[in-house]
Amino acid sequence: MALNWKSYNPGDFYDELMLGPGKPRRSARALVKYLGSLTNKEWHQRKDSVAAAIKTMGISFTVYSEAGNIDREWPFDIIPRIITSSEWDKTSQGLEQRLRALNCFINDIYNDGKILKDKVVPRDLIMDSGNYRKICKGIKPLHDVWAHVCGTDLIRGDDGEFYVLEDNLRVPSGVSYMLENRNVTKRVFPELFENYDIIPNTEYPSYLFDTLADISPEPKDYPEVVVLTPGIYNSAYFEHSFLAQRMGAELVQGSDLVVEDDHVFMKTIKGLSLVDVVYRRIDDLFLDPQVFNKDSMLGVPGLVRAWLKGNVGLANAPGAGVADDKVVYTYVPEIIKYYLDEDPILPNVPSYICSDKKQCQHVLENLDKLVVKPANESGGYGMLMGPQASKKEREAFARKIKANPRNYMAQPLISLSTAPILGDRNVEPRHIDLRPFILQGSKSYVTPGGLTRVAMVQGSYVVNSSQGGGSKDTWIVED
Amino acid sequence: MLSSVAERVYWLGRYMERAESSARLLDVYSSMLFDIPRGSNINWGLLLDITGSYENFQSTGNMDSEINVVRFLVTDTENASSIISSLKMLRENARTTREVIPSEAWEQINVMYLQTREAIAGGVSRKVRQELFAEIIADCQRLGGLLRSSMAHNTAYTFIQIGNVLERADMTSRIVDVGSISLLPAFARARKSDAAMQETYENVVWMNILRSVGGYQSYRQNVANRVQGEGVVRFLLQDDEFPKAVNFCLNFISNYLEKLPNHDDVQLAVDRVKRITAEANVFHLLESGLLEYIDELQISLADIHSEISRVWFGYDPDAVVPVKVPMPKRTEVKSKARVVKKKA
Repeated sequence: MALNWKSYNPGDFYDELMLGPGKPRRSARALVKYLGSLTNKEWHQRKDSVAAAIKTMGISFTVYSEAGNIDREWPFDIIPRIITSSEWDKTSQGLEQRLRALNCFINDIYNDGKILKDKVVPRDLIMDSGNYRKICKGIKPLHDVWAHVCGTDLIRGDDGEFYVLEDNLRVPSGVSYMLENRNVTKRVFPELFENYDIIPNTEYPSYLFDTLADISPEPKDYPEVVVLTPGIYNSAYFEHSFLAQRMGAELVQGSDLVVEDDHVFMKTIKGLSLVDVVYRRIDDLFLDPQVFNKDSMLGVPGLVRAWLKGNVGLANAPGAGVADDKVVYTYVPEIIKYYLDEDPILPNVPSYICSDKKQCQHVLENLDKLVVKPANESGGYGMLMGPQASKKEREAFARKIKANPRNYMAQPLISLSTAPILGDRNVEPRHIDLRPFILQGSKSYVTPGGLTRVAMVQGSYVVNSSQGGGSKDTWIVED
Repeated sequence: MLSSVAERVYWLGRYMERAESSARLLDVYSSMLFDIPRGSNINWGLLLDITGSYENFQSTGNMDSEINVVRFLVTDTENASSIISSLKMLRENARTTREVIPSEAWEQINVMYLQTREAIAGGVSRKVRQELFAEIIADCQRLGGLLRSSMAHNTAYTFIQIGNVLERADMTSRIVDVGSISLLPAFARARKSDAAMQETYENVVWMNILRSVGGYQSYRQNVANRVQGEGVVRFLLQDDEFPKAVNFCLNFISNYLEKLPNHDDVQLAVDRVKRITAEANVFHLLESGLLEYIDELQISLADIHSEISRVWFGYDPDAVVPVKVPMPKRTEVKSKARVVKKKA
């Protein structure tokens, strides 16, 4: 028995590959035809070889649980998602525009504060933000860039348009999985690449290195770039190691670095050796026990001081997270207009800010229809999915909002588009989102496509890998 | 190169060799026990002595029967020097140095661990064991070849090689120790009525030892036609062409040390072991018993390790590093078989 596309029904949702049961989109025709030509036995074999490839390649992530940390194999669905290049070009420009504006915003916040004086963004909102770092006041990093690496989450609504769900400007992760997904697909479905011209995404590590080299305090051909990881048991250690390997950079832990005379050095077999740029994958608060969390064992004492004195490049810069606060997010369209005098290419998802009394009232009255998110959490933690929550859960959440309205924003439950996954018996629709990665140094770069995350449970919207989400290879193909 | 990374790849090299030579050691010991007369007092407990795990084993409260000892040395995840633990730590050190080793090497190590774990899930009967050991030995050899031909011969490679060969020297000294069972009175008693028979059995032991390090042919070609204790021990300690001989390993390490900065102190430690190896009076040692000599040799090999750590790894007790366990020294407490030493 082959796959039965005729029984595939995404309902009212926008589906990435199918127009309706048995009717593929133009860009997906060859793929759907090919998958349909495989026998039951064949696609089971492919599924097994994906599992084997992921196991062999050791593509894993760590899940924290009470029973200890478990290294899990990366969950991957073998049917790729296809986006046409004409659609993507516009999205890509929108992402680049957004990061440019956000960097202007951060730089302004820590320097002249014009946007606050002009009351486009309320001053309190920034000063009360858990991600505002006083110590960064008056600093101007090279190229005026604070967020060098950004992962922006996009969703596609019923109308087929991409909307920005959130920006991740601190330590966005997932790019290594985007790259490995392509490698797995190449191993398992080499035939597919005969019928499609897929824009390669393998260049990312080179662009990342160039972006990091751009912020070396002294221009050098080969500046010493290191990737700073919280450690070998961190959930994203695989990615840290992967990126260091692909960039040819050293992978270090805090204990490998020391600061002397306000310069950063790493401990090598020859003694201390100067470090030019630190790509840190540690949160601000753990970066330097002398400045932030005093108990942090992960960071490097003196690192922030060395950065403030301009002796080392730090990506992303401390304090960059002030712009990925979920409440600040609601102002991004204004921020783009303010700094760039351009219309935003990519729309936000409509949102309500709880610090605004009227909007907060609306949120409290419509908790059963809204998704409420805390300003500073990531990974899907601490949010309320109103329509699915019980009355008791909603009441408890209402109390939290009233106690600290600044900390919350809400959005209507936007439907996420679907894409087919290979289930046990047939293709089935699942909700997905997309996280492209954007780089900014002296130049900008946007990954062609990004990491498509899949809610593996039928009907679910939860795509986070820390909560059991899966992923797909994402193809940008010529129309 | 980062000190912490150097340390991990050095341990990668050590665990890779440890897994292989443990498999060899267990393999030869198993097959030797099949050759030895049943009346003899040679038992599985002796293997615990040689691997330095007697004390740890005792804490399990188990009898030193074949199945218990083999399980402990092969599949016991609580035993830090079991084969599965060695493979696990090999994998852990590779996982945390993926940025400096070829990805094929990582994949091979990863698969080796996963497959072994699967293979031993159903127990380790004599039949399963034989195949398992052959598989592990072949996998480690393949990995060695892969590194040699696809990894840049850079500093990381140098540390892998040094760790690998230092571990090999240590394991060779333990394998020589297996030979000392041929000196045990219990063994002699089993066939004391027949001197010729005893010699035959002694030679069976030494031949198995040579086979375990793949040195039988080389020995026959370069040393002597007859396999006997003195020749084999001299070969395994002092030969400078056979890759598993202690002396060969030491020369190999010396050559690689040249590539590293500030190597003088480590070189001195290597030279000390070279003297101990060169000056061994093997004939005399076989008369008086090998135990003390092997102890001295292993302690001086451990000194090389201490110097390497001190000079290059800048040991920081607070740093989070993958688990690493030096091969335990042979235990003070000896099993029954070992108590009487002198040749009858």
